[in-house]
Amino acid sequence: MGWLADSLDSIRTLQIRHVLTQVVSLGMIVTSALIIWKGLMCVTGSESPVVVVLSGSMEPGFKRGDILFLHMSTDPIRAGEIVVFNVDGREIPIVHRVHERQDTGEVDILTKGDNNFGDDRLLYAHGQLWLQRHHIMGRAVGFLPYVGWVTIIMTEKPIIKYLLIGALGLLVITSKE
Amino acid sequence: MHSFAYRLNTLLTFSLLLLAVLCGAASFLDAFNSPLAASSSHVQASAQVLKVNRFRRQLNGADEVGLTFNVSLDVQPLFTWNTKQVFVFLAAEYETPKNALNQISLWDHIILDKDQAKFQTKVTTKYPLIDQGSNLRGRKVDLILHWHVMPKTGRMIRDKLHLSDFHLPEAYT
Repeated sequence: MGWLADSLDSIRTLQIRHVLTQVVSLGMIVTSALIIWKGLMCVTGSESPVVVVLSGSMEPGFKRGDILFLHMSTDPIRAGEIVVFNVDGREIPIVHRVHERQDTGEVDILTKGDNNFGDDRLLYAHGQLWLQRHHIMGRAVGFLPYVGWVTIIMTEKPIIKYLLIGALGLLVITSKE
Repeated sequence: MHSFAYRLNTLLTFSLLLLAVLCGAASFLDAFNSPLAASSSHVQASAQVLKVNRFRRQLNGADEVGLTFNVSLDVQPLFTWNTKQVFVFLAAEYETPKNALNQISLWDHIILDKDQAKFQTKVTTKYPLIDQGSNLRGRKVDLILHWHVMPKTGRMIRDKLHLSDFHLPEAYT
């Protein structure tokens, strides 16, 4: 592990100006990530522009670990669209297809997972028959397979997350321009 | 100077960049293809209602209908190299005094392969047609085929085609 010793050596010989540069560059990385996320929120109009599929209820279309890009516009939601919605009393949003839609001034929506036998009434809050607009976080417009596994692994095995963050931090601090 | 970590970092970054570019390119190329996929003239389909199996008012006052119908469709032009599956469903769409547009899915099907994208079949409603009230007697109902092209990666494409319309009977069965 010669490179590890080298790295430790380079930390010891750091000068104050160098440290400041590294802090600034670390800050730049964090803030640019934040800017990209917030910018996406503005462009897509959805509070969570990118979501990871967690269940197999939309298979074979979406598998666990796939990434969906959401968009939320003022256009009315139609049957057949895939929407991401929040149910009162449930923390994790659900990705399902709009199965029925009734226009009652305010739009009533019933969803169903492609891979499920029945509609989603059982998933909704007790006594809730329809989803309304305020439950909907966005409609899925784009699709990217597998990439979401990174976040699933990190949430389920936090130790990997800390290792990764530690390693990246070390790399940023010790890297020489 | 070029330590192991440095090389690993470069390799990872470059491969991720390459993957992102490839996915972007796939979506971009799909944009040339989507006018074709989205145009209804490339999809051949028809549906006729054969029989009203069930037409009753539920205890809560909502009308419920079960149907048998013939479906024939050909969505082969929708398939490209970037198509994972095509989700088709037949929706009943109608207007009531209270609701401007009701869309209710009666039957759906997932097509995974181009070879299976052309067929004719007689089906009963997978999901009953249930109104929010009791407005279905004598109501004109449009049968509309919707399709949703889901890609291996990139943008999803949706469109629909009006197939036929029919009138529900004036009396419950």
